[in-house]
Amino acid sequence: MERAARRDGLELGDGSRVAVIGAGPAGSLFAYFLLEMAGRVDVPLELDLWEPKGTFATPGPAGCNMCGGIVSETLVQNLAVEGINLSSKVVQRGIDSYVLHTDVGSARIATPLQEARIGALHRGAGPKDVKDPRWESFDHHLQARALARGARLVATRVEEIAREPDGRPRLGGKDGTARTYDLCVAAVGVNSPLLRQLEALGIGYAKPRVTRTAIREYHLGQEVISRTLGSSMHVFLLDVPRLEFAAAIPKGDYVTVAVLGEDIDNELVDRFLASPEVRRCMPPEWRLEQRSCQCMPNISVQAVEKPFADRFLFIGDCGVTRLYKDGIGAAYRTAKAAARAALFHGISEEAFRRRFQPVCRAIAGDNRVGKLAFQATRVARGFRFLRAGMLRMVTDEQRRPGARPRMSGVLWDMFSGSAPYADILARMLRPAFLGRFLWSTLLSLWPRRRTPALTEAP
Amino acid sequence: MIGELGRSYRDGEVVCRQGDPGDCLFVIQEGELEVVREEEGQETLLRVAGKDELLGEMAIFYRQARSATVRARGPARVLTLDKRNFLKRIDEDPSLAFRIVETMSRRVRELSTQVVELRRALAARGG
Ligand SMILES: Cc1cc2nc3c(=O)[nH]c(=O)nc-3n(C[C@H](O)[C@H](O)[C@H](O)COP(=O)(O)OP(=O)(O)OC[C@H]3O[C@@H](n4cnc5c(N)ncnc54)[C@H](O)[C@@H]3O)c2cc1C
Repeated sequence: MERAARRDGLELGDGSRVAVIGAGPAGSLFAYFLLEMAGRVDVPLELDLWEPKGTFATPGPAGCNMCGGIVSETLVQNLAVEGINLSSKVVQRGIDSYVLHTDVGSARIATPLQEARIGALHRGAGPKDVKDPRWESFDHHLQARALARGARLVATRVEEIAREPDGRPRLGGKDGTARTYDLCVAAVGVNSPLLRQLEALGIGYAKPRVTRTAIREYHLGQEVISRTLGSSMHVFLLDVPRLEFAAAIPKGDYVTVAVLGEDIDNELVDRFLASPEVRRCMPPEWRLEQRSCQCMPNISVQAVEKPFADRFLFIGDCGVTRLYKDGIGAAYRTAKAAARAALFHGISEEAFRRRFQPVCRAIAGDNRVGKLAFQATRVARGFRFLRAGMLRMVTDEQRRPGARPRMSGVLWDMFSGSAPYADILARMLRPAFLGRFLWSTLLSLWPRRRTPALTEAP
Repeated sequence: MIGELGRSYRDGEVVCRQGDPGDCLFVIQEGELEVVREEEGQETLLRVAGKDELLGEMAIFYRQARSATVRARGPARVLTLDKRNFLKRIDEDPSLAFRIVETMSRRVRELSTQVVELRRALAARGG
């Protein structure tokens, strides 16, 4: 089949033209890997990276790709092996621990190796009120690598997309630029009006199902953040309807609050931020109405069935991504798989089915397990005695040196996106885990004086 | 710096010790590390590695103990890579092993140069 594709010209060769729509992590990493690998095998390609946000240099929404800005433990490691080391020019804070907050107390979970293994950063140049950006934008950092490999930035929005009679994609930009390509890679995320046009192309693409989330940025200053939130990501497990997960992520001068769940709205975000658990971990001078920036982006909750067709690929969020966690990590995985497939196996639907789809399937399959894992957490979150048991188990594990971090490990991997959901669920179902959890829950029901204090200052 | 990843080591602090089980790799984020071999109480400096270099990659291929001690030469910052995560990733994307092969070929080349230099020095002494 792949040989047949080659006969039909469905492969990349000398001078082939590739369009990448969107220079978020998926688009820029695809461009970088494709050009790097093409260089190794001496196939000169022309690659245009279409991006209306240009080089992500403008503070506020005009230069930002709305996200919590956590680069997971696994992604930090994978990028390091790829030779993409994230320096302190990009990473605003190295995260070395998590603090889990519930209404029955808080517990700190340290990284397994006592090192800063997670990066907290801004995707763009920072919130609206940044005057003089001190850190480099992450999306710019990745884009610069792609441009250094020879990608050409077309700093405009793709407004029209069509197929020539021979099936080749043709793009038209807001500024009037128009060009025909051999391969079109859509990396537009899930907040783009272009998704509707992509669906209308008649190539079997249907955009992912999404739900609304919220992000707020608060300027507190580096010193205050270091003194209060420190280098920990603060995760909240509260029994609030529609709220799946919420976190306060300390950066350089800002704290990013990310709220995920079912159709999040402002009222729910305010209610969450006004809770005593949030007030307890934020500095006393913090006021919830004094935000620097706010956005309500979509997040994908159901992957695309067929993120490819002859001459078309859909990578990152607009194709298949990871449920709730490590979306940037999924963008990296799909981008790299797409680049390898296109360069080495051709650009036909069949080649993509064989060489690109397995990675998408692996992510989507793991998401199904993830839904179960989140459901289990939802149950535990819904009952006070289970929340107390969970916290008790974590506190005990973190206090006793050498104790097996069963609950701490599960929660760590769940919140940080550091392990496949299948691994996490398997660990949750182990008899030793369930036994310990039951025991901790019973202990936490005991009169207070017989149990050690559960609350630990963050 | 609050934005640094990995762990800080003081001058002379050991990152991994010869004889320890090799279950992870290291990437130098900042500073230098020296690789020393200890034999019969004698220490031999094998090499000095700098920023962005990958170390301990033999752990990927062998289940043997570390063949040398790695320690900081001046203050250094090092990120630990988990072997299991790395092998899982290679299973999905074998091209990731390319970087390891690249590192190892560079090292073979360096060693070949050293062998030639040593041979010449020996020959000069003998003659
Ligand atoms: C609230 C929230 C918090 C999150 N937190 C995290 C986190 O902490 N860590 C993590 O790993 N993931 C997180 N994610 C997920 C993460 O944001 C995404 O998985 C990631 O951004 C996907 O990258 P992408 O490149 O596919 O898409 P995007 O980052 O959305 O990039 C799409 C790009 O396409 C461009 N574009 C759109 N339309 C056009 C057009 N017509 N023409 C040209 N260009 C176009 C856009 O300008 C943009 O630059 C979070 C998501 C949400 C909603």
